[in-house]
Amino acid sequence: MTLDPSYLEYPRRRLGMDHDLYPWSNLFTRPAIRWPDGRRVLTWIVIDLEWFPITPNDTPFRAPGHMQTAYPDYRHYTSRDYGNRVGIYRLLDALKAVGARVSVAANGAIAQRYPGLIADIVAEGHEIIAHSTDMNGTIATGIGEQAERALIAQSLDALEQVSGARPTGWLSIARSQSFDTPRLLAEAGLHYMCDWVNDDLPYRMSTPAGPILNLPLNHELSDRQVLNVQQQSIDSYCEQIRDAFGWLDAEAQHHGGRLLPLNLTPYIIGLPYRMAAFERLLAWLAAQPGHAFARGDAIAATAGSQIA
Amino acid sequence: MREGQADPGLYDYNGYRDRPRIVWPGDKQVAVWVSPNLEFYELDPAINPHRKSWPKPHPDVVGYSHRDYANRVGHWRMAEAMERHGFKGSVSLSVALCQHVPDVVENASQLGWEFFSHGIYNTRYSYGMDEAQERAIIEDSIRTVRDATGQTIRGWLAPALTHTPRTLDLIAEYGLTYTCDLYHDDQPMPVNVASGRLISMPYSLEVNDHYGFFIYNMSPREYADTLIRQYDRLAQEGAASGTVMCIPLHSYLIGQPHRIGPFAEVLRHIAADGRAWITRSGDIAEHYLTHYADLAGDAA
Repeated sequence: MTLDPSYLEYPRRRLGMDHDLYPWSNLFTRPAIRWPDGRRVLTWIVIDLEWFPITPNDTPFRAPGHMQTAYPDYRHYTSRDYGNRVGIYRLLDALKAVGARVSVAANGAIAQRYPGLIADIVAEGHEIIAHSTDMNGTIATGIGEQAERALIAQSLDALEQVSGARPTGWLSIARSQSFDTPRLLAEAGLHYMCDWVNDDLPYRMSTPAGPILNLPLNHELSDRQVLNVQQQSIDSYCEQIRDAFGWLDAEAQHHGGRLLPLNLTPYIIGLPYRMAAFERLLAWLAAQPGHAFARGDAIAATAGSQIA
Repeated sequence: MREGQADPGLYDYNGYRDRPRIVWPGDKQVAVWVSPNLEFYELDPAINPHRKSWPKPHPDVVGYSHRDYANRVGHWRMAEAMERHGFKGSVSLSVALCQHVPDVVENASQLGWEFFSHGIYNTRYSYGMDEAQERAIIEDSIRTVRDATGQTIRGWLAPALTHTPRTLDLIAEYGLTYTCDLYHDDQPMPVNVASGRLISMPYSLEVNDHYGFFIYNMSPREYADTLIRQYDRLAQEGAASGTVMCIPLHSYLIGQPHRIGPFAEVLRHIAADGRAWITRSGDIAEHYLTHYADLAGDAA
């Protein structure tokens, strides 16, 4: 047996990254970021609002949470839509109770299908960011540049038409991108994306269409990861978030502002048996000194003005 | 190994009962070593026909960027916690990290950590290599670590745990003394090789943070509790046997903000206990080979 000789050639073995999107950087030695009003930790909540067609598409891949049984999969179609009918309103009420403004990552289809929901979200001071078209709108290398450009535009157009504002942030389904995505998002005028989970703070990527910020939306702290994938309890989830906050807050005493990103899914965390614990977590966070909740656009603006 | 045979002949059977006791320096009962995997994964690696690199089409953004978290964030948190509690790392190193992110390698070197090879990249696998190709990655590893740190590697953990039938013979021939790829014991053991002398260094999949979080789906505090139970048992048994406990880490996992606090408490527990020789893998191998040469397979 032998491998092709090219397998032992390393053309990108060099100082820095093996691509040109961003340079390596050490969180602890780069210039500190200062949040407004001297806040030490900002909690950035991103709620995914997702509509799953009962006719799933596997090109380029089937989205997490999508249909699983033979057609017609009523159980997953309806339990995902539960999040858009019930779970989201529970979350909106919980956020209102602590005065938290958040980012809502919505499929374009949510705006087209449930404009009243988008209006309620906007009226309560939350930001709408773009989360593709619907849950068949997954992105990966191979879908083609024109198709991807169209998908981004359709999502932004649908959300702008209903919310009245063109989103400035983007979250890909499953945070999955193609090699073209950062450039196409920058080309579409987006200020930030949330897909790359390699940092605790925003940083800038460069693309041939100009720069774009990445706000790392920690997938390890998401309700999907902790509650669904790892199948831990809501009490454990809340404890983990409190532990994360405690560590970040301690770091912020010496290293500048820190960010606690909480990616939430209404059909996961918005279930009756989970909400009370989550509401207590929100209240606990709201009571922490030096803490505030913030929307992605505000974080992007503050961080963007301070980082290279 | 005996290629193609049902029993690969890696080692001789030796049950845990009635073995000679290994006494670690300072009359300690358990040798504890922490093994940070300092890795570099490629965004768009070459394809190995025997194993896929990333589950998704390149770029696998979550897979890649999760691991990239290590070199930007996680390493620094993990290293600080280890240093605070007196633990030197024994690094399983993707040696190309010496080129890509020399700051991380220099930091580990300055902290007095030991380096052994974990291949060139953790996205380049040994499966399918011929002997010359495998020699090339071993020689690259020796040269690269020596140039970057001045150290001569003594151990091997195959890149992404990918082996060939000749890996163990080759690393022994190049003078390496231990492999971390065999999981049959809680003590060092002789490994059958064609030339030279090689021992198995107890590493661990079971208490590897990757297994803890993604195979067993533990919460951070459950994982910390698991490490403490593992330690307490091995320390207790070590009074009679002399055991080794390895804590294999990936800082993109253990260095997450919800995990590092509970993990630091584990280090505090072990450091305060008094039964542990807190050391590095190469020091364990050296002590064993120096004082227990007969156990290591040398004729008396």
